[in-house]
Amino acid sequence: MRSWQTLSRPLRRYPVRPPDSGIARRKSIWERIHLDPWLLGLLLLLMGGGLLVLYSASGQRIDTVIAQAIRFGVAIVIMVVIAQLSPSTFLRWAPLAYGVGLAMLLAVEIAGDVGMGAKRWLEIPGVIRFQPSEMMKLAVPLMVAAYLNRCQLPPRFRHILVCAVIIGLPVVLTAIQPDLGTSLLVASAAVIVVLLAGLSWRLIGLVGALVAAGLPVLWMNMHNYQRQRVLTFLDPDSDPLGSGWNIIQSTTAIGSGGLWGKGWLEGTQSQLEFLPERHTDFIIAVLGEEFGLVGMLVLLSLYVMIVGRGLWLATSSQDTFGRLFAGSIILTFFIYVFVNVGMVSGILPVVGVPLPLVSYGGTSSVTLLAGFGILMSIHAHRRLLPR
Amino acid sequence: MPKRRDTLKNPEQELRIFRVRALLAVLVVAVLTGLLTGRLAYLQIVQHDLYSTRSEKNRVRVEPLPPNRGLIYDRNGVLLAENRPTYNLTLVRERVDDLDETLALLVELLDLPEDDIEAFNVRSRQRQRPFQPALLMSDLSEDQIARLAVNRHRLPGVEVEAQLLRYYPDAEMMAHSLGYVGRINAEEMQSLDAGRYAGTHFIGKTGVERFYETELHGQAGLRKVETNARGRVLRELGRTDPVPGENLTLTLDKSMQMLAYELLDGRRGSIVAIVPGSGEILAMVSTPGFDSNQFVTGIDVASYRGLQENIDLPLFNRAIRGHYPPGSTIKPFLALAGLVEGVITPDSTINDPGFYQLPNDSRRYRNWLRWGHGRVDMERSIAVSNNTYYYTLAHDLGIDNLHEQMTNFGFGQRVAHDVQGESTGLMPSRDWKRARFNQPWYPGETLSVGIGQGYWQVTPLQLASATATLANRGHWVKPRLALEIGDEPLAQDLPDTLPDIQLDNENWWNRVFSGMEKVISGNEGTARRTGVGLEYRMGGKSGTAQVFSLGQDQRYNAEELEERLRDHALFMAFAPLDDPQIAVSVIVENAGGGSTHAAHLARAMTDAWILRDDAPDVEEVKEVLEEDAANVEGN
Repeated sequence: MRSWQTLSRPLRRYPVRPPDSGIARRKSIWERIHLDPWLLGLLLLLMGGGLLVLYSASGQRIDTVIAQAIRFGVAIVIMVVIAQLSPSTFLRWAPLAYGVGLAMLLAVEIAGDVGMGAKRWLEIPGVIRFQPSEMMKLAVPLMVAAYLNRCQLPPRFRHILVCAVIIGLPVVLTAIQPDLGTSLLVASAAVIVVLLAGLSWRLIGLVGALVAAGLPVLWMNMHNYQRQRVLTFLDPDSDPLGSGWNIIQSTTAIGSGGLWGKGWLEGTQSQLEFLPERHTDFIIAVLGEEFGLVGMLVLLSLYVMIVGRGLWLATSSQDTFGRLFAGSIILTFFIYVFVNVGMVSGILPVVGVPLPLVSYGGTSSVTLLAGFGILMSIHAHRRLLPR
Repeated sequence: MPKRRDTLKNPEQELRIFRVRALLAVLVVAVLTGLLTGRLAYLQIVQHDLYSTRSEKNRVRVEPLPPNRGLIYDRNGVLLAENRPTYNLTLVRERVDDLDETLALLVELLDLPEDDIEAFNVRSRQRQRPFQPALLMSDLSEDQIARLAVNRHRLPGVEVEAQLLRYYPDAEMMAHSLGYVGRINAEEMQSLDAGRYAGTHFIGKTGVERFYETELHGQAGLRKVETNARGRVLRELGRTDPVPGENLTLTLDKSMQMLAYELLDGRRGSIVAIVPGSGEILAMVSTPGFDSNQFVTGIDVASYRGLQENIDLPLFNRAIRGHYPPGSTIKPFLALAGLVEGVITPDSTINDPGFYQLPNDSRRYRNWLRWGHGRVDMERSIAVSNNTYYYTLAHDLGIDNLHEQMTNFGFGQRVAHDVQGESTGLMPSRDWKRARFNQPWYPGETLSVGIGQGYWQVTPLQLASATATLANRGHWVKPRLALEIGDEPLAQDLPDTLPDIQLDNENWWNRVFSGMEKVISGNEGTARRTGVGLEYRMGGKSGTAQVFSLGQDQRYNAEELEERLRDHALFMAFAPLDDPQIAVSVIVENAGGGSTHAAHLARAMTDAWILRDDAPDVEEVKEVLEEDAANVEGN
């Protein structure tokens, strides 16, 4: 029905002109190197500030900061290189990346490095050891966007079904590793693509209801320690030695920071090592203690500006694939921020999600910046139109 | 998939949809950011005073009090695993000024070998929470404690802590069934409940210690202490006592376990004894054993390599993981399968010319007695272990029926309730062969399986369990190791027990038993030398398992090679016949032809359990064994 309506609408002319018409404007330097100056600037600001906090959070260990800076450097190079590839490349390679990722997840299931109930790593001894699920954070939304790009939007029910399969396979494989956190992130990145593509509100409501109904099932299939974390979230004082410790200590650190904070390197909670995982997942508590609410708001504004710029780039993309994928990347980025800050400040249960580009660690920085690389490529490879 | 990407696409509509959705996303982002900001403002402005005080008072620390691990007793209350007070060296990194320097000093003071430093280093970095002591070294000697005491002022953050350490008084003979505890490793730490295990350094790694880890561990307590800025404790503010782990009473009988261990006399083998009526495992021994106490404190690399490279595989639990062709021990089970399926009656006979031939096949499947046993009925087929009878029976049953019936006896699956690491063995079937080799099942293979050879592999525990089921006249009871947990007896009805085995005529059980009795007491029985002087009625069945292939090790000399090519001796038995109190399986690797060796061991086990104090002691049994061996050579 819908397709008939679409067809019957009068076609409008598009202001697209051949590139040799002489009307296209000259490329700016940023467009030549396929980078977005605003986004790049904001990211660099964020990473720089992150290193400052890391220095304090690591107990003033300069070698930790240097190691992180090197990782950032590598990640930035990867981002720049990726930005040079044209979006059609990603479109072409999406099924392969997805297929390889899926195969590796299966390999993990079959031959993965088993560690006390969790199989997350794939190892070629002495060569490399990595987590295929990390790569799926990009590959799955990429695949969904590539698929929907070929469909007529808004997606019809059977398209949604295909998407559900594309998303479901890797998510289930990751969830049984078990790595619930990553599987949820992979799922949300991909589901956002479908939402942006125009999933009907009725279906959204239906799925929402199904998820709510599925929660008890999820609960029953969770490992004991995972359940414990959720319970502790509801009442941190019930387990002051175990998982409750983290929440008690991080809220204390943040709360005691007040409006202006105790000053850089002056946080007693962080410097006396009461804070757990203070330079990884809980690093924002150090910021909260030492720079107070003001510091937290500066950080949040940085993130919001990045998200804003990213959404703008996504909207200005000229094709559906670019829009969908760029939108998914940027919104997933925000989910990371929200989940991390939410868990450290005690409004979400503790799930091991790092604070993007601030927490210590290389894998997530690489994935994130690779995503931004694709985003910039999508923006910078637009067919140039006159202003 | 749509056929072509452009067919029905409407770029304008798609852009419109996206813009609406993006706008919505902006809204969601705004709301969530508002939520975070609100929460942060609440914590940092509204609750600021509360948290400031809390942060000031963070000198108050919560310290874990680890629970004492439950003790393990045998069925008569003899202690099998206890906790011995020892002294450990711990280190709190937050209180150490220079970690490397401190470690170097400790190495010097305690005369530690260079190799230990790295392990030392790694462990000092593994912690769950700040200010938590990391275990550096357990079981300090008096001398080491003295040296540390003298140098105490040079070692801030280093403490000697009294701790209870697991100790196994009878380590060698109990190692396999009891298992042992060891240090919690980094991987285990990730999935453990940090609260429950706060302050606990050890966790059950194998056997009963692992299976009943939850019960044995208990619940950690905690105490709140006030500390100075450097973290030293000033006073205690309150405490919750830990809940000690539950004591465990096992079904094992230490004297039976010790007897089995001594009977095997350091040879490679296994003995499992079960009370048929209840499934209680009286003895479960795999030899050679090893000293599990070494694993508690952390075994040194050289000793571990020694154990691992020992060609007798002392670390390998043969009782539950050893795979052996069952040989003729399964003939009574096969006879029962024939009875259940109606292929034979106890009175069915065959004429044995010394071999069996499949219809339209010239190949001869031979009886072990070349000229044959003549007319053989069911009882005699068991007593003389006639192969031809079972070739015929197996062929008539077919592999499918045979597989189903043997599965009902527990072959090819895990049988016990609480035995950690039990293997399934292998009960071959058509489907299995298809999946494993992608080949059809050949009739000749059914014949091999019919005399317990071919692909069929059993574990000693499986064989004992099947024997117990047989002794129970088909009533299934799951073998178990726990008698009581805390003061609660383990439930009698265990889940997932197999269905009972039903015969058309209850009296047929007696006919099978009678065949088994003749193995030991009949004048043609294969184990008749074992029946001499028997004071009760006993049924059994001998078996010989051919050793087809060698182990992987190429370093044995010719003599040893020959020894390891000899057949395995097997025996399964139960007694007394009319009121079975014990079922036993015995496997002695490479004990050679004449399975009487294993039969004597089985008899010694039943004697010990039934006659108690009147049973012959180990020395007497060993004399019989020697005489018997001389006899065999004399033949």
